[in-house]
Amino acid sequence: MSLYTEGEPIRDTKAPDGPIETRWERRRFSAKLVNPANKRKMTVIVVGTGLAGGSAAATLGELGYHVKSYCYQDSPRRAHSIAAQGGINAAKNYRNDGDSVYRLFYDTVKGGDFRARESNVHRLAEVSVNIIDQAVAQGVPFAREYGGLLDTRSFGGTQVSRTFYARGQTGQQLLLGAYQALERQIAAGNVEMNARHEMLELIIVDGRARGIVVRDLVTGEITTEFADAVVLASGGYGNVFFLSTNAKGCNVTATWRAHRKGALFANPCYTQIHPTCIPQSGDHQSKLTLMSESLRNDGRVWVPKRAEDCGKPAADIPEDDRDYYLERIYPAFGNLVPRDIASRAAKNVCDEGRGVGPGGLGVYLDFADAIKRLGRPAVEAKYGNLFEMYERITGEDPYQVPMRIYPAVHYTMGGLWVDYDLQSTIPGLFVIGEANFSDHGANRLGASALMQGLADGYFVLPNTIGDYLATGSFEKVDAGHPAAIEARQQVEGRIAKLLSIKGDRTVDSFHRELGHIMWEYCGMERTEAGLTKAIELIRNLRDEFWQRVRVLGDGEGLNQALERAGRVADFFELAELMCIDALHREESCGGHFRAESQTPDGEAQRDDERFSYVAAWEYAGTGEPPVLRKEDLNFEYVHPSQRSYK
Amino acid sequence: MAVTGVLLVLFLVVHMLGNLKIFVGAAAFDHYAHWLRDLGSPLLPHTWYLWIQRAVLTFAVVGHIWAATSLALRAKAARPVKYAHRAKVQGSYAARTMRWGGVIILLFVIYHILDLTTGNLNPVADKAHPYANVVADFAPGRWYVTLFYTLAILSIGFHLRHGIFSALRTLGQQTEKGQRRNRAIALGVAVVLCAGYLSVPFAVLTGLVS
Amino acid sequence: MNLTLRVWRQKGPQDKGRMVSYQVTDVSPDMSFLEMLDMLNERLTLEGEEPVAFDHDCREGICGACSMVINGTAHGPQKLTTTCQLHMRTFSDGDTIDIEPWRAKAFPVIKDLVVNRGAFDKIIQAGGFISAPTGSAPEAHSTPVPKADADEAFDAATCIACGACVAACPNGSGMLFTAAKITHLGLLPQGQPERDSRVVNMLAAHDEAGFGGCTNAGECTAVCPKGIPLTTIGRLNRDFIKASGKR
Repeated sequence: MSLYTEGEPIRDTKAPDGPIETRWERRRFSAKLVNPANKRKMTVIVVGTGLAGGSAAATLGELGYHVKSYCYQDSPRRAHSIAAQGGINAAKNYRNDGDSVYRLFYDTVKGGDFRARESNVHRLAEVSVNIIDQAVAQGVPFAREYGGLLDTRSFGGTQVSRTFYARGQTGQQLLLGAYQALERQIAAGNVEMNARHEMLELIIVDGRARGIVVRDLVTGEITTEFADAVVLASGGYGNVFFLSTNAKGCNVTATWRAHRKGALFANPCYTQIHPTCIPQSGDHQSKLTLMSESLRNDGRVWVPKRAEDCGKPAADIPEDDRDYYLERIYPAFGNLVPRDIASRAAKNVCDEGRGVGPGGLGVYLDFADAIKRLGRPAVEAKYGNLFEMYERITGEDPYQVPMRIYPAVHYTMGGLWVDYDLQSTIPGLFVIGEANFSDHGANRLGASALMQGLADGYFVLPNTIGDYLATGSFEKVDAGHPAAIEARQQVEGRIAKLLSIKGDRTVDSFHRELGHIMWEYCGMERTEAGLTKAIELIRNLRDEFWQRVRVLGDGEGLNQALERAGRVADFFELAELMCIDALHREESCGGHFRAESQTPDGEAQRDDERFSYVAAWEYAGTGEPPVLRKEDLNFEYVHPSQRSYK
Repeated sequence: MAVTGVLLVLFLVVHMLGNLKIFVGAAAFDHYAHWLRDLGSPLLPHTWYLWIQRAVLTFAVVGHIWAATSLALRAKAARPVKYAHRAKVQGSYAARTMRWGGVIILLFVIYHILDLTTGNLNPVADKAHPYANVVADFAPGRWYVTLFYTLAILSIGFHLRHGIFSALRTLGQQTEKGQRRNRAIALGVAVVLCAGYLSVPFAVLTGLVS
Repeated sequence: MNLTLRVWRQKGPQDKGRMVSYQVTDVSPDMSFLEMLDMLNERLTLEGEEPVAFDHDCREGICGACSMVINGTAHGPQKLTTTCQLHMRTFSDGDTIDIEPWRAKAFPVIKDLVVNRGAFDKIIQAGGFISAPTGSAPEAHSTPVPKADADEAFDAATCIACGACVAACPNGSGMLFTAAKITHLGLLPQGQPERDSRVVNMLAAHDEAGFGGCTNAGECTAVCPKGIPLTTIGRLNRDFIKASGKR
């Protein structure tokens, strides 16, 4: 049986054509509006309270809708957006260095390796400037110059200085801005907040998304919740790799459940691997910690030239025996090559047996030259907090011995397919932030995730959702509706099943093994043989999971193992789809590198003839091969070219 | 807490200055004691000023204790289940001994009034000659009185060290620099007051004053 | 390393709860504290005993979820460090480690080491924001902010709302948390219009939630993983006195 079948192509019918600069304006004008008096009668469910979900819930509340917000954390403020370090891009051109909306648009399309939609990306660049204004008005303490104006820096290899930042905690500060706006709406009675609640199923009535099934994680109670529209802002699925820089609770369940109910899942194989993470210290490792990419501005990356030197202390390896491989292979960009290239180069040298540290999975990031050149105080001023963090985790002093770094899964560009209005293929189901696939193509630029999450939540969704809601109001639905009863029974059945297996392996042991398979075969470098093998391994492991998993306790009350079990079960299904997607895309692009498709000197080779499309996957039923629906990508403004950093 | 505390600190300063008159001599000390009773005259009749001051002080003490008690009760209510592993003090010991220190000080103040104001517990109890009362009090044979007095004064010192810092914070001191200054002030005032108060009994004990 | 853990086990909000001893063996010094508990939980699951429930999420010291009192100290012995960033190399072979939840009336225990910190959200709801509906914002550069103010506001804004300040406070007070937000917003020009009402309403919500009063004991700032300074409480007090004077 083949792994997938191909269905009808899909098209984004909402994006206006014509001049790209006015598309967003024209769409806003053509969208129907909801009468203010009617907004009060409309309910919108928002799942997730990160930058996208938090800002959307707050803004919809301000507009007058009745909002029901859900998050699995104990407070909306703890969503994982909080961990973003670097910054947020905006085309303000405060530096007068040639930046513009068009340049941000151009850089983002190119950075995404020509696998994103031009219309969406241009809109993102347009609203980027409003985000900064909004955040400043909320009291987000961005870094400032002595004159009192906002400071910016250049980030992730761009040539303009357009990244606004708040020390290394930009995500935290932006999220607190959105969180505080959300709390204000909660106090005003416009938003009903449900923390420690997890969405476990989508309710569809007459073809429209009308509600969700949630489990109260504290009491274990399962309820059905209804609305006129459902917004998913549940983040990315990097935790399918077990080890990633995501928070432990990050999961795919909300989007995966929607996918099973008919929402297309687009480009699941596009995964971003970040080159500067602290390597694993052993098998006990539960997550990986990112260190700001800015370290590569002054640190030099190297490994020993000979594998037999790897066990020696770094100080005992003379200069001549060191291989500064990034500087050697990419003389023009050196240590500052883009994330995907730096990551793959690190993997290659480790595969050659020249990696350092536990398991040979690490490369040195050496500040000895920087300390010699700038002096220790200058290095301390620039990177002091990062060095401290490194020392806290590894117990090594990076002023004395070089840091060890290794790539780790960081962000997923794929997600539920949405049109220009951010609506999925299920009417009434909107998807925003990392949970959708829309703006980053095959690779996300640094400091663009925060921009996209807030653009969707503050400015895009609140303008587009009205066009859908204006077609209401919809028939009233309650817990007694057959669709609600069925969805609820599905959830209860799954929970009962997980609790009844009473096997001999823990949830984490399965998750860890799944992560191993994914990292090995669907990680930085993918091959046909590897992916085919991975699919088989995943299927076997999934069968084993449903035979042997052990979840103690019951469904009543707080049961963290049960929560994890449900999430891991969904990761199994997603993992298979990721591998199928990676297998079918026989080209390399952005974060997806197929060993079969590379230039003679080992760089990613796109195949625009065959693959200039979005791969949107339709769920065909349990055990059935998924259906591939292609959305063709057309480039009218930015013409595809091969990236080169030599 | 802060407002009543500040009143009490001001009283302690004046009281100490008065005490130090003992080094000038018996006549001066006794004269000072009598003068206190005539303070404010002829505007105020004899001892009126003193009674006004006593009223204000009583009000301050009661207010201080009332505030402390309500804070303590709130604290008790705010943590109904105690930690099994006793918390290690990381802030300052002075801050953590305010409540017991306050009780010790209260007991001392009661004793002190019975001793040197009303004279009930004083071996001499000659109201006209307080100098003699003091000297009798701290005579070497009554070392336990001196010991108790010393312990009480040291508690006051601890109490002041945190109390002055805390009062200034409550009244809105808000900078790092100011915080360092205030810690120094609190420590300085505590040390000076302790030294001032302890100088009298030790002077009597060593015979410097007799 | 081999360790003895004494962990607070409590089945639910109504259960009385007690300390239970566990031996853990072969602990690597490179493990984080939570990874050591993960290991214990894997073993407990296989032995048929329910794993220890504890809050955690980002495991990189920023989300504020993790919350354990370790040997009597909130977040354990290492300064400026959350529980998730604490590593086992801080301990020695043979140690006994007591692990308890945050203890406060305003933070009732849900299960084992998990508490409900919703009271903090309530304090923010009372006024911990600047009212700036989406779309209403003026151009970001229209109001310059002196760098010193912006930096000090930032220092206060780094609070992660973990609740260690409450856990450590001898009075069970949430004043450092409240003061950090008052300081952050009060130092910025955008925060001025609501400055008076903010402090009055947030303090009322703080007291309402059942937190104790502040006696400036300073335990909070000593355990705060983000080093929020005690001076923020002075700012809160000053704002409160000013606001009270105007009413």
